[in-house]
Parts: sequence; structure tokens; C-alpha cells
Amino acid sequence: MANEALARSPAAITDEEAPPGRLRTAVGWFTRYPTIPILILLMMVVCGIFAPLIAPHDPLRPNVIAQSTPPAWYEQGTSKNLLGTDHLGRDMVSRLVYGARVSLLVVVVSTTSGMVVGTFLGLIAGYFGGNVDEVISRVVDIWLAIPFLLVAMIIVIVLGQSFTLMLGLLALLAWSPFVRNVRAEVLSLRERDYVACAKIAGAPAVRILWRHILPNVLNTVMVIASLRVGQLILSESILSFLGVGVPPPTPAWGSMVADGRNYLNTAWWISTLPGIAILLVVMAFNFTGDWIRDKTDPRLRQLG
Amino acid sequence: MSRFIARRLAYSVIALLGATMLVFGLSRAVGDPRDLYIQEGGYGTTPETRKFLEKQLNLDKPLAAQYGIWLGRVLRGDLGNSVFTRAPVLRQIRESAPRTLKLGLVSWVLATGMGIPLGIAAAITRGTAWDKLARGFALLGQAAPPFWIGIMGILLFSVKLRWLPAGTEGEGLAIRNFVLPAVTLGWLAAAGYMRITRSAMLEVLDSEFIKLARAKGVSGWKVIWKHAFRNALIPPLTVSALLLAGFITGAVVVETVFAWPGLGRLAVDAVSNNDYPLMTGTVLVFAAVYLVINLLTDIAYAFIDPRIRFS
Repeated sequence: MANEALARSPAAITDEEAPPGRLRTAVGWFTRYPTIPILILLMMVVCGIFAPLIAPHDPLRPNVIAQSTPPAWYEQGTSKNLLGTDHLGRDMVSRLVYGARVSLLVVVVSTTSGMVVGTFLGLIAGYFGGNVDEVISRVVDIWLAIPFLLVAMIIVIVLGQSFTLMLGLLALLAWSPFVRNVRAEVLSLRERDYVACAKIAGAPAVRILWRHILPNVLNTVMVIASLRVGQLILSESILSFLGVGVPPPTPAWGSMVADGRNYLNTAWWISTLPGIAILLVVMAFNFTGDWIRDKTDPRLRQLG
Repeated sequence: MSRFIARRLAYSVIALLGATMLVFGLSRAVGDPRDLYIQEGGYGTTPETRKFLEKQLNLDKPLAAQYGIWLGRVLRGDLGNSVFTRAPVLRQIRESAPRTLKLGLVSWVLATGMGIPLGIAAAITRGTAWDKLARGFALLGQAAPPFWIGIMGILLFSVKLRWLPAGTEGEGLAIRNFVLPAVTLGWLAAAGYMRITRSAMLEVLDSEFIKLARAKGVSGWKVIWKHAFRNALIPPLTVSALLLAGFITGAVVVETVFAWPGLGRLAVDAVSNNDYPLMTGTVLVFAAVYLVINLLTDIAYAFIDPRIRFS
């Protein structure tokens, strides 16, 4: 009896045990998940994958008679170009939709490859220690001591501008935090009893790392990745803005902002709109990253 | 302490050597290095120029010797001549460096002066509208591309309101020229400072010794300034080096947006003119500045927090 009363007392109803009915309502979902950021990211992914189906016009085709057409809500605007056209008469909506592709590729290719390489190096540095660790850690230190953007600019001068090169450069920017944090975690994991047992049982290092250690660091890896993505997209936009990222005429949000710089007097939308796109996507990634971190492991707070 | 400084100094020197190797290696890794030092002019290049360059770059010697000679020249301040303007790279750097330094200092003062007090204020008023406002400011600063903030500033204050100049052309570096670039450059760093100060302050305010001080009857402000603030200052200090990386990137971007005739502008121009020697020079200068500040931060940190020295 007493137990039952205790269980029913209001104090015992924690957040986790809230009445189940309420959680399933829309309000519950809104408070529990970062709904708006997830919707923004979903939109970016859909736009990136299905760009040719969504975009109303060819993003690369200039139109001499429709240069700098304002968005549809202006008197001079037309419903053909909802967000107007840029200085060459290319449709803004289509270019913005195609621009999502670049960001999506940055997320998929650069973040993932940086994550895989960084995690691998962190695993072996932490597990084997000694000289392996020393070399890897020092390389990370030195790499972090060199201003990345300028190195990227030099590499672009030498190798020439290309999309693949940019993705590679961003992967170079992505890997180092994975090494540091994974290494730190492996250092404590390798002292655990189950690792010692596996060793005694004769398991080779590869198996121990793969089966016993990697699953335990995956959480950290995912959190770092989610916190890192926004930064990488921002870096991509900076590279493209400076003219060392995605080569024209491929639409990238950063270079679109650069295109509109000389037309601020007459056509504010050319620079403003792609900037808003970057802002929204980066913010959405940051929010989701924070959320994943707080949900899975609040101890990682200092990473952000 | 001196051992710690010596070790840190050694890392910095190695990192700087690494940077020079990277720069040198890149020039020799792909294709004909002579192409990087030749501007295809209206008449093309003659075999004589190629021959001359081969001698100048010591291409007939082994790679290690080439690097040694090149490094020796760099250390003596001979960074070569710009391919585009033919002027010595060092002179161009000397002319633009003070302008970048001025802009950087103003932005740094702005960022520190805004970020740290805002962070403290947000931590003290945790959960209120004021806290949310400060965090929104930080969130925006960390998610908005710096070049876009600059351009929006121009759009609003130069094009629409006509309060501030959009660039520096023809006006020299008057105070009004500093406002937009410094705010643009400072915002990102201020956002970083604010976030870190806030979380450090929250952590300290939550600790036992603060509770003890409060229980002993120390007044509210005294607890915040004398007990909490000093301890919360360490994390913002450690990240100042990281934020500096953002400053260097930021300087390149902001100088491009506002046509600021500094080092960052020099680097961007070098890229668009395919000016390899000029690019090399600016990168090495930036890397050296970056390393020195990193080193100073590390030492300052070890000075404040003795635990670091012995780890």
C-alpha cells in the first residue's frame, strides 16, 4: 500500500515517466526533439538529392532579358522566378536548391572520411601508445598549429581549383578532433578488465580494437561528428566565397554571396538569400549536434 | 616552468619547420616548379627565363639541398619577388601587416570586451530572457558565415542608411572605417568567448567553495567577482588561441569583403593572380604569428594553472 502511494505521489513522476498519452501528441514531440532544425536538415537533404526534380529552372542557364529580376513579391517580380534572378538572370530558387548539393556532399564525403581516418588514428594511438602515439599526437599538434585556410589556398594555387580537391581539403580540416578525443577515450578503455580478458584469450589487436574498443568510442565519435558538421559547411562556404572552393558556374551558397557583392545597391537578394540558407543549415546542424550530445553524454559538453 | 616553456618552444619550432616543408614540398610535388614562378605574359616565356629560373631555384641540385637553400633565404627575409607586381614579397608584407594588426587588435578588444562580460551576465541570469538573448547572439555569431555578416552590414549601414563607409578606398583608415570590419571580425570571437565564459562561470558558481562563501555571508557581487570570476577565466583564456585561428581566417575574409589593404587581402590577391611566391610569404608570416600567440597562450595558461605544467 505504502509503495503504491509513493509511486503515485507527484514527486515520483519524473520527466521520463510522464503520462504516456501526452508524449504522443504533437506538443510532446516538439518539446522532445529539435523539430525545426530536423525539418531544415531534411529539406536540405531532399533538395540535395532531388535537385533536378525540384528546381524549376536550369541553375546554370543565364537569361539576358531577366537579369536581376526581384523576388515575386515586388511589383517588377514574376511568379516564374519566385525569389528573383541573379546578375546573369539565373533563377535564384534553382541555384539555392542545387547549392544544397554542395553542402550535402561536404557532410557525406568530407565529414565521413575525416571521421573514419581520425577515429582510426585515434584508436591505434590510444591502444598501442609509445612511439605510435607520440608520432600521431605530434602530427595532430603540428597540423593544428598551421592556419588551415591559408594552406588550403596554397594547395589550390598549386593543384588548381576543383570540387574533389575542396572535399579533400575539408576532410583534412575534419580529422583532428576525432584523433584527440578517441585517443583519450581509448587510453582508459584499454585498461578495462574485458580488454585484458580478451588479450589473455589470445585475441589479436585488430579484433580487440574492432570488437571491444570501437563500439565503446562510437558514441563520442558520433557526437563530435554532429558538432563538427556545421563548422565544415561554414568552412566550405568561406572557401567558395574566396574563390578557392567549388569552381564556377556550379552553384554553391558561398560563391553566390560573392556574386551578389557588387549588386548590393540594386539587387540585395543575390547576396542575402544564399547567406540565409547557410545560416539556417549551420544553425540546424549545431542545434541537432548539441541535442545529440546532451541526450547521449552530457559529459562531452566541453567539446562544443 | 622553464622545462615546460622549452618543450613548448620546441613544438613551435617544429611546427614552423613543418609549415615551411609543406609550402616547399607543394611547390616541388606537382609538375614543373618553374611554372609557379612564371607569369604567362603576352609574349609567353622564353627558354632563357626557364634556364634562369632553374638556376635560381637550384633545380639541378638534390631536393634536400634545394630546401636548405630556400629555407636559408627565407630565414634571411628573402621571400622572393611577387610574380605579378615584381615587387619584393617582404616589402609588400611589411606594408600591409600593420593594417591587419590594427584591425585585429580593435576586433580582439571588442570581442573580449563584449564576449566575457556577456558570458558572465548570462551565467548570473541563467534561464531569464537576458540569458536567452545573449545565447541567441552567440548562436548567430557561430552559425552565420562571417563574409555574409559583413555584406549584410554594408547593405544595411552603407547602402540603405548611408551611415558608414563600405570600404576603405580613398579614405585612408579613419575610425569610421573600422566600425563595420571590426564588428564583423569580432562577432565570431565574441560568440566563442561568451559561450565558454558562460559555461565555465556556471560550473564554478555550482561548486562547493562558492556555496561555502555564500553560506558564510559573503555578499553576492563579491562572490561573483572575487571567487567565481577568477576561476572561470581559465577556459576562455585557453580557447583564445583557438579563436585566434578564427581571427586569421576571419582577417582574410573580412579584408576581402571590405577591401581592407592588409595581409589577408594580399593572400587572396595572390590566389587570384596565381602568385605563388607572394602566397608563400603571407602563409609563412601568418603561421609564425599564429605559433607565437599559441605559445604565449600556453605559457600564460601554465602560469595561471600549475596543474598544466606537470602533466
